[in-house]
Amino acid sequence: MHDFVFPAVTLPESARLLRQQVREFLKKERDAGTFTPRKNSWSDGDAAFSRKCGQAGYIGMIWPKKYGGQERTALDRYVMTEEMLAGGAPVGAHWVADRQSGNQILRHGSERARQMILPKIAAGECFFAIGMSEPDSGSDLAAVRTKAVKVEGGWKISGTKVWTSSAHRAHYLIALVRTAAKEDDRHAGMTQFIVDLKSPGLKLSPILNIYGAHDWNEVVFDECFVPDDMVIGEVGGGWNMVTGELAFERSGPDRFLSTYQLFLASMAQLGEKPDARAVNEIGRFVAHLTTLRRMSTSVAGMLTKGEKPILEAALVKDIGTAFEREIPEIFRQLIPSEPVMDDESSDFEALLGMSVLKAPGFTIRGGTREILRGMIAKGLGLR
Amino acid sequence: MSDIRDDLEKTVDRICEAHCLKEVFKSSEAGSWPQALWQALEEVGLPQACLTEAQGGSGLSFDEALFVLRRSAYHAAPVPMAETFLAGRLLSAAGLQVPGGVLSVSVSHAKDRLELRGSQSSPTLSGHAHRVPWGLTCDHLAVVAQREGQQFVVLLARDPLAHSASESVKNLAGEPRVQFDFVNAPVIAFAPLANASERLLSEGALMRSVQMAGALQRSLEYAIQYANDRVQFGRPIGKFQAVQHMLAVLAGHVAASAAAVDAAIELSSDAPEQFLIAVAKSRAGEAAGKGAEIAHQVHGAMGFTREHNLHHLTRRLWAWRDEFGNETHWQTRIGEMALQQGPYKLWPFLTSL
Repeated sequence: MHDFVFPAVTLPESARLLRQQVREFLKKERDAGTFTPRKNSWSDGDAAFSRKCGQAGYIGMIWPKKYGGQERTALDRYVMTEEMLAGGAPVGAHWVADRQSGNQILRHGSERARQMILPKIAAGECFFAIGMSEPDSGSDLAAVRTKAVKVEGGWKISGTKVWTSSAHRAHYLIALVRTAAKEDDRHAGMTQFIVDLKSPGLKLSPILNIYGAHDWNEVVFDECFVPDDMVIGEVGGGWNMVTGELAFERSGPDRFLSTYQLFLASMAQLGEKPDARAVNEIGRFVAHLTTLRRMSTSVAGMLTKGEKPILEAALVKDIGTAFEREIPEIFRQLIPSEPVMDDESSDFEALLGMSVLKAPGFTIRGGTREILRGMIAKGLGLR
Repeated sequence: MSDIRDDLEKTVDRICEAHCLKEVFKSSEAGSWPQALWQALEEVGLPQACLTEAQGGSGLSFDEALFVLRRSAYHAAPVPMAETFLAGRLLSAAGLQVPGGVLSVSVSHAKDRLELRGSQSSPTLSGHAHRVPWGLTCDHLAVVAQREGQQFVVLLARDPLAHSASESVKNLAGEPRVQFDFVNAPVIAFAPLANASERLLSEGALMRSVQMAGALQRSLEYAIQYANDRVQFGRPIGKFQAVQHMLAVLAGHVAASAAAVDAAIELSSDAPEQFLIAVAKSRAGEAAGKGAEIAHQVHGAMGFTREHNLHHLTRRLWAWRDEFGNETHWQTRIGEMALQQGPYKLWPFLTSL
């Protein structure tokens, strides 16, 4: 039986210094009016802010220096990301590139892809989108139908990807594509490609979300050419890459801090001496947050040591996303207000309104909660 | 797991598997003292695990001692291990000698009103102690009493206890909780200790959190086992997504309580760390309620029988979440601490722990 242990992580001195540096960086940018800490910061991007992060060395910080990185530890990066999120910084533009695309390219990309792309990501000038879902393939990722056909010097991709966040603002898309017909092993024959979003044969159309914003896109590939050296990893080995390594992207602070700005704004609204029920609820959230931070930092520590805490990481996402969804539900009752749909305002009612409207996405993005729970069950030893 | 923990786990498992038998639970709930179980634990020095070697302990670290407690709760061992730990730590914090045998404590209950009286040479205790665990079974009882606005740790021997008990009830797990009304009961040792009541409440909350983490772990194991074994509609019920999702949620509570408890233990070996203990007790308490609900639902009618062992764990979870402060008590403390920081200093506070 699985024994749940979340060992303490002692942060290196470098991480402690970095925490102060990031706080000073954010204070300077806030004071200069670069951003207002109010949004769900990793789904809100600002290309100019990303460039500043790049200049400060806050993107791709764990990568080798020859690719524009800082050769810092994963725990340093953890501290940087949690400070950015807790500070409400608009890190959305470079988030995907920094969290997963760049890492995949570093580990499995061609040398040309590394040299061409990683320094630009690290500079905060190159953004990525993820092309996994399709009209008939959401939770069932193996049902992907977009296919690539081998041609001279590369591949030609045809098919349709949907719910592709930020594709209209990104420079590249990593697409999971079928490169061989489906066989008995439905996970075989899938490959990841780095697709330049300016390539001919690509058509992007917006898919508006429930509050009318354009974040998602439909991306149609019509014999879109991708050169051989933009294949990530082995041809046919895409499945393990998206399911194996991405399992470790589940446990970061982005899975429980999405409504932290609303939590802080609610505390400010309630004042220094709120009623007993409000004190109680604030205490409950802080207890959950403290516990989630312990679990999340502990998983980061285990990953640094080369361990594979897949079950622990999945649990952080499951309880973390439930936590961030619950915050607007509780505080709307404690602070009588009529929430407003306005993604630009920093008024409490607007912040609350946008949190309510964005919350359904928290337990869907990066894999629906129900699929995740199925995986957890398997990990627990259910036969 | 470290070698020491591994050994401790094996030792506790061996003793509990031999002695936490159905008839032992049954007779212990009927009021008999499970002597064989306690004796087996004493033979390897586990009730003294929380003491330093100078105090007669076995030289285990604080986290190793609490691991023993957690594992004994995993087996729902019906003995006052936590209370013996608590009394030992309270007495030694006050600089008093810790007697051997079975110990218990007053629980810093809101209804406790205890006063140290008499002279230096013949001190006595008077007043009310509410719900003292194993109050008539212990060899010695440590309580916190007041005198002239100062708090004292006071030790009583077994003799006066029988005369002073006014009522004995059972908690939800069927363990004895005794109400005492002392009138000039003889005291065998006493010493002042600042904030003794608060200290006892916090350490008690930590012990109960640790116990809840252990009992939750076993409840999850029972539920997984049952879901794999129980066949309905031609397949194990664990094949049903509805059941799988319930167990995933239960696992989240088990994992969260384990994490919260470990964090609190690490900083509490010398003195209780208020904030992290408040987090542990409130988080584990919430997990206890929600976790017990799921464990029972998965077990269906079988888990609701006296026959199945699940109730030994879940009844303890339901008792422990309310003892030494319930979720609201500790969440309110956390809320007050958070409000003291305010929204701008909260994050620096959380990351400084």
